[in-house]
Amino acid sequence: MIQADVKLDTLGYFCPMPIILTSKKIKELTMGQVLEVVSDDEGIKKDMPAWCETTGHQMVGLEEEQSSSKRIYKAFVKKAK
Amino acid sequence: MTTAQIEPTAALAELRDSKAERVTIVLLSGDLDKAMAAFIIATGAAAMGMQVTVFFTFWGLNTIRKKGASSSASDWLRRMFGLLNKGGADTLPLSRFHFWGLGTKMMQVVMRQNRMPGVPELMQMALDLGVRFIACTTTMGLMGITKDTLIDGVDQFAGVTTYLAEAKQGSVNLFI
Repeated sequence: MIQADVKLDTLGYFCPMPIILTSKKIKELTMGQVLEVVSDDEGIKKDMPAWCETTGHQMVGLEEEQSSSKRIYKAFVKKAK
Repeated sequence: MTTAQIEPTAALAELRDSKAERVTIVLLSGDLDKAMAAFIIATGAAAMGMQVTVFFTFWGLNTIRKKGASSSASDWLRRMFGLLNKGGADTLPLSRFHFWGLGTKMMQVVMRQNRMPGVPELMQMALDLGVRFIACTTTMGLMGITKDTLIDGVDQFAGVTTYLAEAKQGSVNLFI
């Protein structure tokens, strides 16, 4: 279980909104803090690692939560620059 | 409720793939002629040893949908749309001279006579050559297209960031 400093809810949003909201939110964090992005768009599984790779932030974890009706993803991004 | 941990770097394996030359193709069109161009370039590049990725979005998704697959959306608006927007690589219309299917049939006959593979054959060739197919999750959601209505071989689902991260490393990036 990864401990996040800030949580960002992007449920119901499709790509590219989760990434755009993440790029905005991460500016409010200080170096080393972890942002938890919650999304129900499956694309985030690949998109968030790709975004981190390109921007230089660190992807510290990815969780997939399956409940009866839907599946949500939690991406943990550490501000690294 | 179950929670699974996913290794985030696993998604980057293909991005970090060592092949120097990369080709990315965005297939937005669902027209036979344009899909043909896309797959001819994709198979050609793969045959030349390049790393090829095709991103399917909007009408382009019709090429990787199973034949006759309609929308599985729960709301009537998207279901109506799904009724009109049928999938299947062998039922793609021509972008010009479609003539309610007549022009397309004629084109398919001409292609066969000239021993030119059709879109379904080109697609299979591309998959065999290791071309990666990625479906856009946003348009899938908008159109109510589910994973099980896509052809086998399409197992990757992503969005614009994945495309851009790949295109950044690509020497040939096409939008068709």
